[in-house]
Amino acid sequence: MSTALFLLRKLMQDRSAFLGFLLILGLVLCAIFAPYLAPFPDDVWDLHPTNRLMPPGGEHYLGTDRMGSDIYSRLLFGARITIVIGVVAVGVSLLIGVPIGLLAGYYHNWFSDLLMRVSDIFLAVPQIVLAIAIAQTLGPSLNNVILALSLTYWPWFTRLVYAETRSLLNEIFIESAIALGASPFRVIVFHILPNVASPIIVRTSIGMGFTILTAATLGFLGLGAQPPAPEWGRMISESREFLPDAWWYALAPGMAIFVVVMGFNLLGDGLRDILDPKIRRSSHAKP
Amino acid sequence: MIAVVFVISHIIPADPVALVAGETATQEQIEALRAKLGFDKPLHVQLFNYYANLLRGDLGVSLYTARPITQDLATRLPATIELTLAAMLLSIVVGIPLGVLSAVHRNSVFDHSLRIVTVSGLAIASFWLGIMLQLLFSMKLGWTPLNGRIDGFPPRGGTGLFLVDTLVAGNFKGFWNALEHLALPTITLAFPALATVVRFTRAGVLDVIQSAFVQYERAMGLPSGVIVWKYILRNALISTVTQIGLLFGILLAGTVVIETVFDWPGIGNYAFGSILQSDYNAIMGFTVWAGVMFILVNLLVDILHSLIDPRETRS
Repeated sequence: MSTALFLLRKLMQDRSAFLGFLLILGLVLCAIFAPYLAPFPDDVWDLHPTNRLMPPGGEHYLGTDRMGSDIYSRLLFGARITIVIGVVAVGVSLLIGVPIGLLAGYYHNWFSDLLMRVSDIFLAVPQIVLAIAIAQTLGPSLNNVILALSLTYWPWFTRLVYAETRSLLNEIFIESAIALGASPFRVIVFHILPNVASPIIVRTSIGMGFTILTAATLGFLGLGAQPPAPEWGRMISESREFLPDAWWYALAPGMAIFVVVMGFNLLGDGLRDILDPKIRRSSHAKP
Repeated sequence: MIAVVFVISHIIPADPVALVAGETATQEQIEALRAKLGFDKPLHVQLFNYYANLLRGDLGVSLYTARPITQDLATRLPATIELTLAAMLLSIVVGIPLGVLSAVHRNSVFDHSLRIVTVSGLAIASFWLGIMLQLLFSMKLGWTPLNGRIDGFPPRGGTGLFLVDTLVAGNFKGFWNALEHLALPTITLAFPALATVVRFTRAGVLDVIQSAFVQYERAMGLPSGVIVWKYILRNALISTVTQIGLLFGILLAGTVVIETVFDWPGIGNYAFGSILQSDYNAIMGFTVWAGVMFILVNLLVDILHSLIDPRETRS
């Protein structure tokens, strides 16, 4: 608990990281209180053909879509889908990627080499291509998108944890733990894992942003949640046939995606500065 | 790599043969077609056959267009190469100077506003950026065409790169038209790559700017322009060049979505179409192409490295 408080206090001092934190907090609050915040909470399913494609203003803050539903209300409920996708996909990737990275890093044998080669292959093929292929063959649905993203994101964690574990094995405190007769399980869980936690936390935050972006792309391509689910990427693809007249229809969901991904990226950058002072903010790689 | 993608694409439950044969096909017709396409053999035999054909440069036949994959890829390759090269060029030519300037004028208004651009470059959904650009420049302002590569017939010429073909033929009207078509997809594709280039150049320059040799050169009274653009940039570029290799991965992934948004008749568009139709051979063809390009670009990066940093060749 004191570590969490320390983190929060440090975050407050970094303006852009704190902004990221606030944006994500906003997303979570929107998702939880969507039924109370939304002016038309029933519009996720209800149709109002007479109100089709009304511009923003009046009682529809962000206008209405092709079914006459309130876009603002749908966006709020879409926040729930976004959070579920991000949390579950990154969570599963953590559960697959971190143990593999730890084991492959600790034991240096043919099997760990094999595991790393497999993760290299996943990293060589563009994630979006692999994810499209998996999501398409399993059939378009929200669950399959989450599965596809989990199956394609874990190698990022594996690579990270593997490299950190390998360099930790040369540290004296690990050597002494092994010399004192600690079991491999004990060394990995109590000595190595706490020391690779910081980069994992940073990668989790950036990975959330990246995963949400990829999920939106899959939704846009028609592979995600099916209508009438208010998935942000899908809303953008629906809006295309009503351009250029209904510009608000495409603008709002895209802004929502942008703000959320930006929030996770800023938070990840800030956490990196706090947790890992050796690496400076500007020299950070992609996802 | 080929083996893994092969296995993944074949163990998934979709049955392309039934799709190709059509709804009215009988069970015997489906089985006959399956035997003809070789899908009735065990998986490892199929994989072995695929490798054997690959060595002869044969990627198999598309289940849908019924044409050889190599031919399908070859007709679409120039479009993707033109787009990817243009985006890479744009992100490097614009990104490196911007990165240097923001490092030299560190913490200035320019630096801060550029940071907003680079942070948003990695946060923006590229398909949405593409649609917004279409909305603004094609639909509202009418400055650029909405999609496609060129109006009317494609120019004749050997390369298939419309910009080169029209220029060689002296067809300046066609050149301008192709350029107009290319502009929006290129900007969309280049935006995230540009952000990466700016960030790495800035970090590289900041690393070098404090080193001893730069202080020495300053003390020698060299003009600061020469120091920055000649000596610092050369040393700072090493990390940026490494990134350009990774950049290519971003661009390759980007083509799948952006070519779909702009109806660009390239490989990315083709890959997306083949995935929707479970066209195994076409998906494999795209994977082989992506793998080959990846290796080539990394080779190129290594060569560039030794050109910029002569220490590499000596060791």
